[in-house]
Amino acid sequence: MDVISQLQRQFIDYTSSLYREGYVDDQFSQLQKLQDESNPDFVVEVVSLFFDDCQKLVQNMAQALEQQNVDFRQVDSHVHQLKGSSSSVGASRVKNACIAFRTFCEAQNREGCLRCLQQVNQEYSVLKNKLQQLFRLEQQIIAAGGSIPMVE
Amino acid sequence: MESCNCIEPQWPADELLMKYQYISDFFIALAYFSIPLELIYFVKKSAVFPYRWVLVQFGAFIVLCGATHLINLWTFSMHSRTVAIVMTTSKVLTAVVSCATALMLVHIIPDLLSVKTRELFLKNKAAELDREMGLIRTQEETGRHVRMLTHEIRSTLDRHTILKTTLVELGRTLALEECALWMPTRTGLELQLSYTLRQQNPVGYTVPIQLPVISQVFTSNHAVKISPNCPVARLRPLAGKYMPGEVVAVRVPLLHLSNFQINDWPELSTKRYALMVLMLPSDSARQWHVHELELVEVVADQVAVALSHAAILEESMRARDLLMEQNIALDLARREAETAIRARNDFLAVMNHEMRTPMHAIIALSSLLQETELTPEQRLMVETILKSSNLLATLINDVLDLSRLEDGSLQLQLGTFNLHAVFKEVLNLIKPIASVKKLLVALNLAPDLPEYAVGDEKRLMQTLLNVVGNAVKFTKEGNISITAFVAKSESLRDSRAPEFFPMPSDSHFYLRVQVKDSGSGISPQDIPKSFTKFAQNQSIATRNSNGSGLGLAICKRFVNLMEGHIWIESEGLGKGCTAIFIVKLGIPESLNESKLSFMPKMSGPQTNFTGLKVVVMDDNGVSRSVTKGLLVHLGCDVMTVGSSEECLRVVSQEHKVVFMDVGLPGMDGYDLAIHIHQKFTRRHERPLIVALTGNTDKVTKENCMRVGMDGVILKPISLEKMRSVLLDLLEHRVLFEAI
Repeated sequence: MDVISQLQRQFIDYTSSLYREGYVDDQFSQLQKLQDESNPDFVVEVVSLFFDDCQKLVQNMAQALEQQNVDFRQVDSHVHQLKGSSSSVGASRVKNACIAFRTFCEAQNREGCLRCLQQVNQEYSVLKNKLQQLFRLEQQIIAAGGSIPMVE
Repeated sequence: MESCNCIEPQWPADELLMKYQYISDFFIALAYFSIPLELIYFVKKSAVFPYRWVLVQFGAFIVLCGATHLINLWTFSMHSRTVAIVMTTSKVLTAVVSCATALMLVHIIPDLLSVKTRELFLKNKAAELDREMGLIRTQEETGRHVRMLTHEIRSTLDRHTILKTTLVELGRTLALEECALWMPTRTGLELQLSYTLRQQNPVGYTVPIQLPVISQVFTSNHAVKISPNCPVARLRPLAGKYMPGEVVAVRVPLLHLSNFQINDWPELSTKRYALMVLMLPSDSARQWHVHELELVEVVADQVAVALSHAAILEESMRARDLLMEQNIALDLARREAETAIRARNDFLAVMNHEMRTPMHAIIALSSLLQETELTPEQRLMVETILKSSNLLATLINDVLDLSRLEDGSLQLQLGTFNLHAVFKEVLNLIKPIASVKKLLVALNLAPDLPEYAVGDEKRLMQTLLNVVGNAVKFTKEGNISITAFVAKSESLRDSRAPEFFPMPSDSHFYLRVQVKDSGSGISPQDIPKSFTKFAQNQSIATRNSNGSGLGLAICKRFVNLMEGHIWIESEGLGKGCTAIFIVKLGIPESLNESKLSFMPKMSGPQTNFTGLKVVVMDDNGVSRSVTKGLLVHLGCDVMTVGSSEECLRVVSQEHKVVFMDVGLPGMDGYDLAIHIHQKFTRRHERPLIVALTGNTDKVTKENCMRVGMDGVILKPISLEKMRSVLLDLLEHRVLFEAI
């Protein structure tokens, strides 16, 4: 019993810190609400999908920005995609980075875009680590026989 | 012829000698013949003589000796040959028998001697037994006396009678001249003459307790002989010629109830003793015998026991009287209290009604006033009025509730309810305030927590809300966690609630709820006050608090009604605090009996979207998954497509709604909508089309309307929003905007 409640407390604290530091927002908790017995790994699945998507998009954008003649429209559409995905998942930092990115795209500022791309990449990596840690905690709790607490 | 040549003739002088020999032989023979006769006569008389054979032998021996001597008589003169032969025969026989007898006597004489020794031994033994018999008899006498005395002493429980009887009986049994009892005074420094046998009115004569003779008696538990001249023994005025009899003194332990340990014999160390003095009659030259002393000692002990019994009885009578008095007083107090409570209730009921009526008026009219056109100043004023009157109304309600709770007239309204829903409802109610303060609220329901329970839902929610509300109220930042689980027996017995003894059973379980906050905490000495009425925690300056301090008190009463316990733990100021309560709830017998209809997995309105066929079109994989997840959670049957072309291919009459993301490259969602309209000409066959977009501007809305979409939803979509959207759509077949 003690182990479980310790783990749960850890989970709650960690989740709260994620929200507090703006890594995730309300949408993420909406996702968590959608997880139930018929859909036990919903969050993990969606998040993995997001990370794969993100990786692909970042690669594409990097490629596009490396060109001599940068096709800003294409970059913009990638960023738009990424923004859409990140807001669906609730990855608010990534989303904010995307918003900043878009302005540079519209201004056709290559340096700015590269910088933003860097930032997007960084944010995405950090978020990936954090969420993986979170999922690990969840696994531990379930393995110890407890239940995942709901955090609002 | 008489004398032969070889034998010299007898001398004539020898005739005298011969005559004497003749006579002696005759008498010898006579004696020899009469001894066996005597022997036989006496042996016949006594039947026990064991040596008959010996006697016979002896008799034979004697007879033969006699015969020999007799025959000798004839040998003095000339005798014939026959005589000689007879003589010889008899002599031979005699020789044989006498030798045999001699041999026999060697065996027999030691035996005869030992008979004598045995006789002596037996005589000694008999004397000894006599002595012992005497002793036993004396002891038995003593015992009888003691029993009789004890019987007399113990037949009464009155102290004075006991002591008097003791003295009287002792005096009688031992034939005493005087018998007296000295009791220790209250101060314990002196012995006072309390009872005497002969003198009827003992003078209050005291002697100090430190006298050596008294100490001597007190230190021994035997009866001690003391001098007749010592102060305790000088009980009668001594006249000159009296030679005072021997005096004996013995201690009588005065035992108290506290002297008796359970497992030990009473210890006689911390003792008060009384002194009993016994005087033998003067001039009687009687001495104290050992058995008499023993009797005295035994009696003294018995008296001690009898006295303690009497003391116990006295005390119990006194205690009983005291109890009766207390009962009467309590009864009176109770009646007074009841009258007071009735008076208060009447007052409250009247005042309550009187107070509520104007309150209602104020609140209602202020609310109405709010709805009208007001300047900002006025609005502020009206809001303040409303807030204050709400506060007042709450206060009135609380006070009335509390007074009803206190006098027990409040009863729980039991019913079956959804336990999980209660928690979620509380969470929903507290969320707005918590999010304003940027507090995170986490709810953790244990997996084994039953979904349904029997209890008073309203009051449980009230308690929970109060506790959680307090947590939110007193926390400026951080998080609040609510944990609920079924309490098991070990965790039920809490060291902090030692008087709480819950017993889980088959039809009930104990719900344990812990609300932990990271707020300002409570210092340990203030914790007990939290549950007292009207006591606010002083360290929380009342800037934030707008309660009356009654909340927790009411909670405590509700929890007690639910046969539970509530308490607060805090490590100190600034360290947050945890409120924990345990309540007893019933387990509903079976879900069929509950009046609730079976709740689907989602708690919420009764609409069921199960099996509703929908299509989700979104080219962003992540968004597509999320939207699909939402709809699946609501029970829909979702088909996902990644492009408009695919959507057109897939959509059919069975699908009721199409969710499409607008702002796609390629064929816009708008075009898709037009195509769908073209595909399904008849209205009732066509699925409803709803656009999902991140744009809130009017252009998007207009475009959607233009192409004939039935609704627009702004992303991101929450579960609740989706649910209400679907509801609206299915009810009205149109929704225009859901932001």
